[in-house]
Amino acid sequence: MPKGIIHEFTKGLWEEVPPFRLVLGLCPTLAVTKTVENAVGMGMAVIFVLTCSNIIVSLLRNLIPKQVRIACFIVVIATFVTIVELVMQAFTYPLYLKLGIFIPLIVVNCILLGRAEAFASKNSVILSLADGLGIGIGYTLSLSTLASFREILGYGTFYHIPVFGPSFKPFSFMVKAPGAFVCLGLMLCIMNMLKKK
Amino acid sequence: MRDMLKLFLAVTIFSAISGGLLSLVRSSTQARIEYQQLKFVKGPTLKEIMKGCQNDPIVDRFKLKYGKTHKTIFVGIFNGKPKAIALEAFGKGFGGEIGVIVGIDVDSNKIIGIGVTTHHETPGVGSRTKTDPSFRAQFKGLSVMQVFKVKADGGQIDAVTGATISSRGVCQAVNNAIAIYKKLRPEILKKLKTFKS
Repeated sequence: MPKGIIHEFTKGLWEEVPPFRLVLGLCPTLAVTKTVENAVGMGMAVIFVLTCSNIIVSLLRNLIPKQVRIACFIVVIATFVTIVELVMQAFTYPLYLKLGIFIPLIVVNCILLGRAEAFASKNSVILSLADGLGIGIGYTLSLSTLASFREILGYGTFYHIPVFGPSFKPFSFMVKAPGAFVCLGLMLCIMNMLKKK
Repeated sequence: MRDMLKLFLAVTIFSAISGGLLSLVRSSTQARIEYQQLKFVKGPTLKEIMKGCQNDPIVDRFKLKYGKTHKTIFVGIFNGKPKAIALEAFGKGFGGEIGVIVGIDVDSNKIIGIGVTTHHETPGVGSRTKTDPSFRAQFKGLSVMQVFKVKADGGQIDAVTGATISSRGVCQAVNNAIAIYKKLRPEILKKLKTFKS
């Protein structure tokens, strides 16, 4: 049993890391990775929503009728997303302004519904918790990695701290939309090369 | 039929619980969210206008009925006396509505400062009505017993170069704010007595 838990947790960090292996949740991956701060904020929101919705879905997996399960999952996910949105507005308003529409859009993020449908509705609460945490942390780390590349090259800073001297000319292509696609493409390429070995 | 009822019940109960939970979260975060929004959207401008006051004008605020809407009035305490108020009004600019906060000394009926909060003006041209301190400073110390106009319209305000329409919009917003102030003055004075230093 403990081995199972560890496996469910660690698979989200490497084997099934969402944007690079499952290639899910790409919309926020492209949109909010301009700075590491945004990426971490988005990741935290996803960790919270994913873990909570996994727990609730797993708890109620025998009570939810099969025919309306998707509707019920969406209600659970949407509730937690709205809670995150309100709490963010109340406590981290500047971050809320930066992430904007991408917070409510977590509802339609395939990762969440995918984990609820494919995992939490078939497994015990503890395993679902481990799965949610693992995938969520994996997602946060992937976003942060991508954001570090983009922020360091595009603005010359890391978490708003300058890393180069004043003579650095920012490579502003990286923080524009095409830069996001190029970065993601390169990351996917590296991940696939590593897998082949 | 029995199955139908079960599905219906499941979705209803799910939605009801979610709705109840969300209204709970909303009501407990609402006051804080309102404060945060004021702080980050109007806060910087307000602080500039109320320079040297001893209180937090965002905390010391009240609402008064004006026509069909409610106007938020911010109070500034100077030398232990609540003697300044600030309120926001809107004027029509080049790219849409310009929001301007006007600070007024209630004893002398003079403007203590103005500042643009929200606008959709051309960056670098009309947006200088917000960023150029010398444009804002023209309003300071002037009596509210006059109508503000740009010099091109025969008034007393030097428009920002190349941004006559935006400058006109700011004047219009200031005039609107003064009109509201004049109408609500007796009520404002009554409310101010309840504020202590």
